Amino acid sequence: MGQFVTEIKSGGGIAVDDTIQVKGYETKAGSRILEGFRPLFSAEAVERLERAGYDIAGKSAVGEFGLDLLGEFAYGAETCDTLRGAAAELVAAGTVKGALCVDLNGTPRRAAALSGVDFLKPTYGTVSRYGVIPCACSGEQIGVAAKTAGGVRELLRVVAGHDPKDGTSLPAETYDYHDGKAAPGMRVGIVKELYGAASDEQKARVTACAERLRGMGVAVDEIALPLADAARTAWNLCLCAETCNNVSRYDGVKFGYRSPDYRNIDELYVNSRTEGLNFLTKFVILYGSDVLSKGRYFTCYDKALKVRRLVAEQVKALFKDYDALLCPACSETEYRPYDIKDAFMTVFAESLFTAVPNLTGIPAMVSGGVQFMADALRDSDLLNLAEALEGGNAS
Amino acid sequence: MKYEAVIGLETHVELATKSKIFCACGGHSTKGEPNTRVCPACAGMPGMLPVTNKRVVELAMRAGILLNCDISRYTTFDKKSYYYPDLPCSYQITQWFHPICRNGSVEVTTKDGTRTIGIKQIHMEEDAGKLVHDDWTETTLVDFNRTSVPLIEIVSKPDFRTADEVMAYLEKLKTMFRFANISECEEGAMRCDVNISIRPEGSEELGVRTEIKNMSSLSSIRRAIQYETARHLDAVERGTETLVQETRRWDDVKGRTFSMRNKETAADYRYFPDPNLMPILIGDDWLQRVRDTMPASVEEKTAEYQSKGLSEKEIASLTSERALCDLFDAVTALGRDPKDTASWILTECGGILRKHGQVMSELQITPERLSRIMEKVSGNEINRAAGRKVLEAVLYEDADPDAYCEAHNLGAQGDADAVRQVVLKVLDATPNAVKDYLGGKKKAFQALFGGCMKELKGNGDPQVIRALLEEELSKR
Repeated sequence: MGQFVTEIKSGGGIAVDDTIQVKGYETKAGSRILEGFRPLFSAEAVERLERAGYDIAGKSAVGEFGLDLLGEFAYGAETCDTLRGAAAELVAAGTVKGALCVDLNGTPRRAAALSGVDFLKPTYGTVSRYGVIPCACSGEQIGVAAKTAGGVRELLRVVAGHDPKDGTSLPAETYDYHDGKAAPGMRVGIVKELYGAASDEQKARVTACAERLRGMGVAVDEIALPLADAARTAWNLCLCAETCNNVSRYDGVKFGYRSPDYRNIDELYVNSRTEGLNFLTKFVILYGSDVLSKGRYFTCYDKALKVRRLVAEQVKALFKDYDALLCPACSETEYRPYDIKDAFMTVFAESLFTAVPNLTGIPAMVSGGVQFMADALRDSDLLNLAEALEGGNAS
Repeated sequence: MKYEAVIGLETHVELATKSKIFCACGGHSTKGEPNTRVCPACAGMPGMLPVTNKRVVELAMRAGILLNCDISRYTTFDKKSYYYPDLPCSYQITQWFHPICRNGSVEVTTKDGTRTIGIKQIHMEEDAGKLVHDDWTETTLVDFNRTSVPLIEIVSKPDFRTADEVMAYLEKLKTMFRFANISECEEGAMRCDVNISIRPEGSEELGVRTEIKNMSSLSSIRRAIQYETARHLDAVERGTETLVQETRRWDDVKGRTFSMRNKETAADYRYFPDPNLMPILIGDDWLQRVRDTMPASVEEKTAEYQSKGLSEKEIASLTSERALCDLFDAVTALGRDPKDTASWILTECGGILRKHGQVMSELQITPERLSRIMEKVSGNEINRAAGRKVLEAVLYEDADPDAYCEAHNLGAQGDADAVRQVVLKVLDATPNAVKDYLGGKKKAFQALFGGCMKELKGNGDPQVIRALLEEELSKR
């Protein structure tokens, strides 16, 4: 586990992903390009935790800018046998009480499913993104990991609420995560496209969960989300475009890593970025630049925005009949190290299961190794579902 | 063949707001030591998020209303990517897809008549920082004070034909924007990119267009237009060179333009909507509120002052500066006579400023103090010359009018007895002049009058002195 952690100063507190700024801690977002960067301020969510009396235990490692599958390509990370994700593993081991993680392309949800902890990516705009090292601002969201749904609820209540420093922050000052529907009587739809794409073990998890839900009076059907695949493409496209733009600020001039080898400003930029960014980030930058370029904007980026709207409509329609959607959080139950040259396509493949909430802003929760999604601002329904399942499994 | 120039303008104007466009620091003033008007947000630190300054949107709406534009009800901010050391995020937040104002027009008058210039759009954007080159150490330093200072860019249609029209347009924008408190339009706060092509007169086709970037002085703009027009004419008529669509830079010292980049090397700015800034919806209520709170225009003020009996010249001078109008309005609101107020502001204040090598726009006086001085003079408490003295002390020593008069023993001349004593003293001291006057030499009166004034150190009220002199002389 040690290789996943950048700095853990105390046990029992809250771990904060390295893509979230904490004053006084080096915050490098898993990248050499931010080596030595100590932010001038803490993220709003971190401030709120500290104001409420929680200890920040330290920083949990992430892959460069959180772009990889499970943190496997963090700068300086040692290789390991299985990939799990640092924050989820710290929570699972009980080293920390909970963790704040940025859900950019499903990483914390996958990690939670693999480590058997709970993670909720709340509705976009409910938790301030102030202080998040930015990549894909239109869909990345700070979420909370904890051992139980009750633990997630406790921390989420602290960090959620309007923040004038974030222009996309929703107006509600606070959120009461106790106001959800009771699980019995809910209608849950298994997303057939996502279920069908997973391994047998993952399928079995979903089926078992569905059985237990039925047992507690939840109606479970199979439903179709035909745009699931298009949603994945659209989200990855938006993510690359926005990330390409956001990481362009790391030029080796003002902070972070600067190549020692340059003769003029262009070389300073090029060499610092060449040496400071990993292959996956470079791939994302190139892909993002391409989809935003003059000839391609309307055939790529603009089209992704249209798909985004269509997916939101399709999802909205489903939530007329269903309280929650059920699906796997990833295709496998175990992941092994692999070559970074395959990273983009590996993440792309897995993001099939996670892209819809990032693309449309709806909340998604992983609990008991499976994933639930609900309509915007119905986060409490997800917590209730997870809590009911955990209660039924009380150990 | 006769050719005409086809000129379009992109004019950047710095807005007069208290803070920057997407953060709470700064303000429109870029003054101050380098990198002292900067915060983590405008320095592009990761994790900071932009939040739109509402005042910027309102000033942009105001500009749109003045230039007869349609105000967009849905307007967005977009990101424009390019690397340059003065741009901390390596992107600039601007408006590309849905600018706030479109389809406006403005009339410009030159010696050749009045023409209407179309306005394609007005959009809001953030300014970049400034690079300071140090030739001695061969380094370049970055000053972020100007980063994220709010700008509006006014994009005209290619409707200009002469440099004179361009000058008239820029002067008009300057007056309008200053007057409406949109921008102070001081040196450097208004910068232009000029697009030029030429074509045979009467032709509808456009020639090869070049763009001259980033000029801030009117004289540079005029010279650049003249140079560039001549260069195009030479190329077309005499084949001196082949024109290409390109961006050029004006060198004010060499007096010519230089190529910066052409179409092939042009940057692809990869515009896309900024997801951190929600689209702005402008409803009827908000638009109406902005219309209702528009400061009166030059035309409206002119009509108002005409009705108050001010002369054309006075009106022109007052309406050259919003601050002068505000001062005039405040002083008259305190009950002072309009004609008298205009005269005090323009003649007296103006005269004193000139004496100190300053101009009208630098005038700083509270309406209460000016009104008090005027009151003292019109109430014969002090004479006009003394009033001028008090005014100078108020302007340059921050004196209080009443305290100053008391401290300098001004106002005593209002006391006729004291003046009478002086008159008698002068008459006694210059018997020859008295004799001359009584003997019919009326000119001698001036000498006696001057003597009294001298005794009173210039503080006497001429009318009172004259009356008392006549009275006392008649007794002799």
